Amino acid sequence: MRSTNEEQNKYVYDVRGLNLWYGDNQALKDITMGVEENEITAIIGPSGCGKSTFVKTLNRMIESIPIVRTEGEILYHGHDIFGSHMMVEELRTRVGMVFQKPNPFPKSIFENVVYGPKIHGVKDKKILMEIAEQSLRGAALWDEVKDRMSENAYSLSGGQQQRLCIARTMAVSPEVILMDEPTSALDPVATMRIEELMEDLKKEYTVIIVTHNMQQAARISDKTAFFLSGELIEFDMTHKIFSNPQDKRTEDYITGRFG
Amino acid sequence: MGKNSIREIIQNNIRNKNHFSDKVMPKVFFVMASISVITTFGIVYTLIFDSIKFFSQVPIREVFSTNLNPLSRDPSFGFLPLLNGTLLTTIIAMIVAVPVGMAAAIYLSQFASAKLRKVLKPILEVLAGIPTIVYGFFAYSFVTPLLMNLIPSLGAKNALSPGIVMGIMIIPMVASLSEDAMNAVPTIMKDGALGLGSTKLETTLKVIIPASISGIVASIVLGISRAIGETMIVTIASGSSKNFTFDITQSMQTMTAYIVEFTSGDAGSGTVGYYSLYAVGLILFVFTLGMNLIAQYISRKYREEY
Repeated sequence: MRSTNEEQNKYVYDVRGLNLWYGDNQALKDITMGVEENEITAIIGPSGCGKSTFVKTLNRMIESIPIVRTEGEILYHGHDIFGSHMMVEELRTRVGMVFQKPNPFPKSIFENVVYGPKIHGVKDKKILMEIAEQSLRGAALWDEVKDRMSENAYSLSGGQQQRLCIARTMAVSPEVILMDEPTSALDPVATMRIEELMEDLKKEYTVIIVTHNMQQAARISDKTAFFLSGELIEFDMTHKIFSNPQDKRTEDYITGRFG
Repeated sequence: MGKNSIREIIQNNIRNKNHFSDKVMPKVFFVMASISVITTFGIVYTLIFDSIKFFSQVPIREVFSTNLNPLSRDPSFGFLPLLNGTLLTTIIAMIVAVPVGMAAAIYLSQFASAKLRKVLKPILEVLAGIPTIVYGFFAYSFVTPLLMNLIPSLGAKNALSPGIVMGIMIIPMVASLSEDAMNAVPTIMKDGALGLGSTKLETTLKVIIPASISGIVASIVLGISRAIGETMIVTIASGSSKNFTFDITQSMQTMTAYIVEFTSGDAGSGTVGYYSLYAVGLILFVFTLGMNLIAQYISRKYREEY
């Protein structure tokens, strides 16, 4: 363990020269960026720009695709996530993920929330109940489901299911939450509720969110990264990206000239 | 050719189209589809009709006794030895088929690489294509002698060996159907579990299998139904002893083997022994029908879980 490194590094995630290939297709080209604690970082860009691939690399979910090959370093609190001292399961408990489509397990609402803690050895029913309540409150879902905890998660609406998935992620007490277009399958009202939630999440977690919705990025994030064809074009404070972009391509994209 | 003339051709053709086949073909399809339904009703009718003749001559209490002696001068028709034979060989078969089939399904659907799966699955399914007479021969001339080394008291005809071989025969069925069920679980659900830090094995046991349990149970029930109806293996390797015993190292007769023995033997048409075949056939039919209905019910009941 390079603990000295951990203290020196102010970044939660420090990505250095990351390249990624699907077979022969290069999807990420020499990405270098740092993500700071308790900030919301939005990643925007047109379809196929590599933004989803990028966040899936941060918790190594991308490895479920066998033809993927990576090069470069991703330091998580100073430790290389591809290094042998970092177990992928440990990484994923410290870095939670919310997916594009709500993906609850075909179990009860309660069992969904406590799945993570249970898998990782929390057995005490009282503690599990506490975790469930806390996480569901954190995901602004508690009041809607507190009387129906034993119902199947699929009895919830799409927006509720997605908040359940957020609660499920929070239940393992991660440090970072990755969100891969978490509202793309939701209606505007459900989207708004999740955006409202983001402000609260920021207090406890570092959030990295991929979105195809520029207004969403502008509304909720502190920093914004613009990806295009696998390259990181620009990465700066969100208000700066949207008011005064440095790169012509960023400007073209945020003003709707393509994408 | 101008646009107008193409339109003319199409409009002409559509008006002159022969609608005869559109009217007749659906009727032909209907008749074809009806054949299997009619056949089923025919079988049920024969079974019930001739079974009634049997049950009118043999009291129910005798049917549920352990004394089966159809060919003696004073015949008795206790079917419990046959039920017992079928039950025990089926249980042995499922003890082999369920764990092995499930393990194979888990490996193929969750752990094998795409390349390996492409090779392994067809090989596994070849097992399903082997004629059952070959399995029967395999049980009698290979498995039984092999088992004799372990269990010296094993009879040349016994329930254990055909039970095991039936299990081997059913493995591909359980494996293939269970694998299909596990593969049908959406990837995104699996990702959800992996994303929470579950290992692949935890994901399989805690998420994939519960999510596909209906398909898995249905495959097992269909396997049971196959074992109950299996004939050749037990006829060859389990013999025709009509003793009521739970000793699987000894010969016992299943319902199917009983029917084989009497249709190839000399039960004269019109005798009680002859009608007993239909009664046994009816019981067998009810069993397998019941199993298939259970399988259908289970897969329907849990279908809407996700």
